Amino acid sequence: MSVVPALSGASGTAGVPGVSDAPAGLSGASGARGASGVPGASDGSGTSGEAGDMPAPLAARARLLPALAAVYRAQLSRARVARIPLLFVATFQSVGIMILMRGVVDGGSEARSVVAGSSVLVVAFVALNLLAQYFGQLRASGGLDHYATLPVPPAAVVLGAAAAYASFTVPGTAVTAVMGSALFQLPMAHLWILLAVIPLSGAALAGLGAALGLLAPRQELATLCGQLGMSAALLLGVLPAARMPQVVSYARDLLPSTYGVEALARAFDGQPDWWAICADLGVCAGVAVVSLAAATWAYRRAAVR
Amino acid sequence: MCTVRGLVKTYPAARGRRGAPATPAVRASDGIDLDVVRGEVFGLLGPNGAGKSTLVRQLTGLLRPDEGRVRVLGHDLVRHPERAARLLGYLGQDSTALDELTVSLAAETTARLRGLDTRAARAERDAVIEELGLGELAGRPLKKLSGGQRRLACVAAALVGERPLLVLDEPTTGMDPVARRAVWAAVDRRRAERGVTVLLVTHNVIEAETVLDRVAVLDRGRVIACDTPTGLKALVADEVRLELVWRAEPPLDVPEVADLRKAAEAARSADGVTGRRWTLRLPPEAARAAIATVTGGPAFAALDDFTLATPSLEDVYIALGGRAEGAEGLVKA
Repeated sequence: MSVVPALSGASGTAGVPGVSDAPAGLSGASGARGASGVPGASDGSGTSGEAGDMPAPLAARARLLPALAAVYRAQLSRARVARIPLLFVATFQSVGIMILMRGVVDGGSEARSVVAGSSVLVVAFVALNLLAQYFGQLRASGGLDHYATLPVPPAAVVLGAAAAYASFTVPGTAVTAVMGSALFQLPMAHLWILLAVIPLSGAALAGLGAALGLLAPRQELATLCGQLGMSAALLLGVLPAARMPQVVSYARDLLPSTYGVEALARAFDGQPDWWAICADLGVCAGVAVVSLAAATWAYRRAAVR
Repeated sequence: MCTVRGLVKTYPAARGRRGAPATPAVRASDGIDLDVVRGEVFGLLGPNGAGKSTLVRQLTGLLRPDEGRVRVLGHDLVRHPERAARLLGYLGQDSTALDELTVSLAAETTARLRGLDTRAARAERDAVIEELGLGELAGRPLKKLSGGQRRLACVAAALVGERPLLVLDEPTTGMDPVARRAVWAAVDRRRAERGVTVLLVTHNVIEAETVLDRVAVLDRGRVIACDTPTGLKALVADEVRLELVWRAEPPLDVPEVADLRKAAEAARSADGVTGRRWTLRLPPEAARAAIATVTGGPAFAALDDFTLATPSLEDVYIALGGRAEGAEGLVKA
């Protein structure tokens, strides 16, 4: 019984004719493709030497602003997929801190700094922490290659991503500031100052976050740096400065988010000291320029290894 | 078109950390010479760790070689790595940069970043999405797609914006046959219409045989052979591959069958005896005699199936001394 299927099986495969075909096929050795450009090229030495004579024209570079806009738009669209839950977390965290602190501080300048600190904490969470993680991940996985093989100015990639992350913080920061003002009965008349505080402190912290993410030798370190930066912004920004030891208050002065916090806290005064606010925001702007320049340099360094 | 001379790249030794042993310095490119002619599909074939990606990263300006020259279309890319982005389109192995974008936004953004204005970028986006049959997926983020679909979306991003040279690192990994065909059709069209040159990294030997004009086989940072697929196969033309599958114990008391088994056992790594499957490489005459033996008498009763094939690029690869398993790392510097 078993012989019959075996017979048909054996003759059904490549079979004996294949044997006689094989040498012919091999010695023939001329596929349609094989015949095309091969004979000259196969020995490899100097056949395409003529290519060296006339350099081919280079394709156009992407200009800074359009490229920045394209990166910004692409990054903003990511929010729909990945960022919205994290924005909720950032906002709830800040609101929770304010509710906790209500039992500790009672009005006055301390309440102002708690609300200002919690609001800017949202910026630190998103712009510093999440951006450091994003660039750390992009660098570790080789995702930077995508941008590095496109003719974009490095600044466009860094600024576009930083601007998008700073934009993510707008709703959370605004919600936190308004809820905090209501919670501690602070005047909301000058809350429009957020329009300056968010972009300036956002730029400073996003630049810092991007630089950390791109410079950290490993992805985990980038995440760690981002988390530490955010914790620093939390402790040094939210806790009232007057109760801190001397050393810690120096550290507070070094953190760029502090100046955003101060500017916002001053704006809760009935008669804000506008010069001091401008000075604080000026520091934010200065740090933003330096940190974004550092991030751009770090991007160049990370992209070509 | 693309000339590479004496390319050397050594990755420095890494100090051992806790949990990670020290790794010695690795010579990932060891004096590579290549010439790619305009309008051809040129393949780089080799096992994991052979140095294919390292070579490609040096050609695309992502990695600076220690020594050697890379000229693409008359431009020195070792001295001016930033020009690479304006000469070639690159498809890397990773999609992190695009993962959270929708397919259409990934293509459009990439086109914008290749220097196209908004209108041109949108036109290119629509064209490439149509061409690759991505219409139904256009509004979905890459992250939510299957591996093959995501790869196809990345190919779309690599193809937008005209470039005279396309460098594709394993473009069809994980794709179904329809997607695969769409990719090769798109590549072929660019070659026919604009004389685009394609440099392709691949693992897939069968694909390599069907789409490549020429192949360089890489092993341990060296080019061990470079020719057309047919030309390479001619190197081992004196052998054919015979595969025998037994349904029961093979009749080893037949002397010819016993000889075949001995030959199979003595074969190189990829061949040999695995369970009831014997793989042999034989001269055509010997193969014919072997088949005559196993298709008659007591051997035939025990035989389940047999196949006979002319050499594939895989056979060439093994004949050239490449490692079939790719188990060990690169050769030490």
